[in-house]
Amino acid sequence: MRDRIAILGLVLLAACAAYLSIGARGDWGFVLAFRGQKLAGLLLVALAMSWATLVFQTITANRILTPSIMGFDALYLLLLSALVWGLGAQTYRAMPAQGLMAANVFLLCGAALALFGALLRSGRDDLMRLILTGVVLSVLFRSVTAYLQRVIDPNEYAVIQAASFARFSAIEVDVLGLSVVLTLLACGALWHIRHRLDVLALGPLLSTSLGEAPARGQWHVLILVSVLVSVSTALVGPVTFFGLLVTSLTYQVMNAPRHALLLPTAALIGGIILVGGQTVMERLLGLATPLSVVVEFLGGLVFLALLLRRQR
Amino acid sequence: MIDIEGVSYRIGGQDILRDVSLQMGPGGVIALVGPNGAGKSTLLSLIARLNALQSGRITVNGLPVGQVADDRLARELAILPQDLTVTIRLTVRDLVGFGRYPYHKGRPSEADDALVTQALGNFDLQDLADRVLETLSGGQRQRAFVAMAYAQDTAYLLLDEPLNNLDIAASRALMARLRALAIEKGRTVVIVLHDINYAAAYADRIIALKGGMVIADGAPKQIVTEGLLRDVFETDAKVFRVDDRSVVLV
Repeated sequence: MRDRIAILGLVLLAACAAYLSIGARGDWGFVLAFRGQKLAGLLLVALAMSWATLVFQTITANRILTPSIMGFDALYLLLLSALVWGLGAQTYRAMPAQGLMAANVFLLCGAALALFGALLRSGRDDLMRLILTGVVLSVLFRSVTAYLQRVIDPNEYAVIQAASFARFSAIEVDVLGLSVVLTLLACGALWHIRHRLDVLALGPLLSTSLGEAPARGQWHVLILVSVLVSVSTALVGPVTFFGLLVTSLTYQVMNAPRHALLLPTAALIGGIILVGGQTVMERLLGLATPLSVVVEFLGGLVFLALLLRRQR
Repeated sequence: MIDIEGVSYRIGGQDILRDVSLQMGPGGVIALVGPNGAGKSTLLSLIARLNALQSGRITVNGLPVGQVADDRLARELAILPQDLTVTIRLTVRDLVGFGRYPYHKGRPSEADDALVTQALGNFDLQDLADRVLETLSGGQRQRAFVAMAYAQDTAYLLLDEPLNNLDIAASRALMARLRALAIEKGRTVVIVLHDINYAAAYADRIIALKGGMVIADGAPKQIVTEGLLRDVFETDAKVFRVDDRSVVLV
């Protein structure tokens, strides 16, 4: 199992090297600094999304639902639009980018706990109901977001427009510093409770019997997932099926019930998909197709396959 | 001792348990019987804090359920709920290994591994140890879950209808093992059973529930009578005495 992680690590290193070096011309110092920043952003998003999805699937004891399918990132965009609408673009722009992001993260944590905490407790036995609720909520959030974006001033709209689409090529580098701090804090906390996660994955009844109260664990994990989704959405916008693609590959590669193995595997696979994919799209195919489209297409196929296999 | 004092429980305006007071253990196999909806499973889930108490009080070896830390209670009491499903891919050894979690919190010692191996042996699971749960038959899976609860090494073991999906050989073997556990190690096994004959054959004490109340409580020989079947289950079945044991003719 450990050599699989080592192999994945080597592949990721190779992908990073390729991303930094292929097609580089001119001053290497500038190229590395410029691309290095984007690479850091991609790796951060990969880590945040893969861990958020993996632990979300753990606390809901299923392998189909992800924070994105449940509408976490749609909720983030709704809150962002509501903020811009409420404050006005002038005030919003005048605020420091880091402060805005911190405010958004804080709001999303609160809203996610209030909404999804209650939903997961009452409906977790019925997966199909959860999926439906998630889809309905996502659509609702997106519609309200779209409405807000229509009623606000076009100038204000420009502020949120950039955040509303998935884009791996144009990472928001001005919030990178804060994102690194938030992601590392959240991931550190998740790594700290990795053994508890193993037990929580057994479902609420067994984990209660083994002395891990599921409600408390869910509470902790939902907060950390909200932080990670916020970071990822702030950096590259909403990506619905990326997390699902990563976790289903992770379970294929690492079929062990231990998060001490699953978490590193998921992070590495996420990194390989994003960095490797971005290298191919950006350097070899000349940005003809955005990576987000390819990732969403593949992830969407995985989602359908998982749903259909469950029905049988 | 499990001490239940004045426990009532309502779901959606419906009384599930009405002012139940009971003391169980230490030691022995205690069978909970009664018709569907009598409140047996609810009682079990309240003892094991799977559901929160609404009124009354339950203590396990003096520890108040609902107030004592969850992991403390997990070293005192194990429960095997009905119809368990696990969504993740687990081998039998992984599953049984989780039974030691309340002690090692994710870092198993050699003693923990030894206990897991012993539990696998006790429940004839050595050959299946590396098989994945979903590839097992219902009966084998059930045995793996019981082995996990056994590995938790608690004074109290609660089982909710563990004989579902088991054929007669597996049922008898499981009941015999639970009985041996109670006799040899002084454990208290509380078990919800549907089949009165199994209760009469393997339990030291039968508690009959109906409509959320305790109707009868005592040794199988005194309890399993035609009168009880009429009162509790509302059925006219004949009860015979074979080898000093009450047998219900079904």
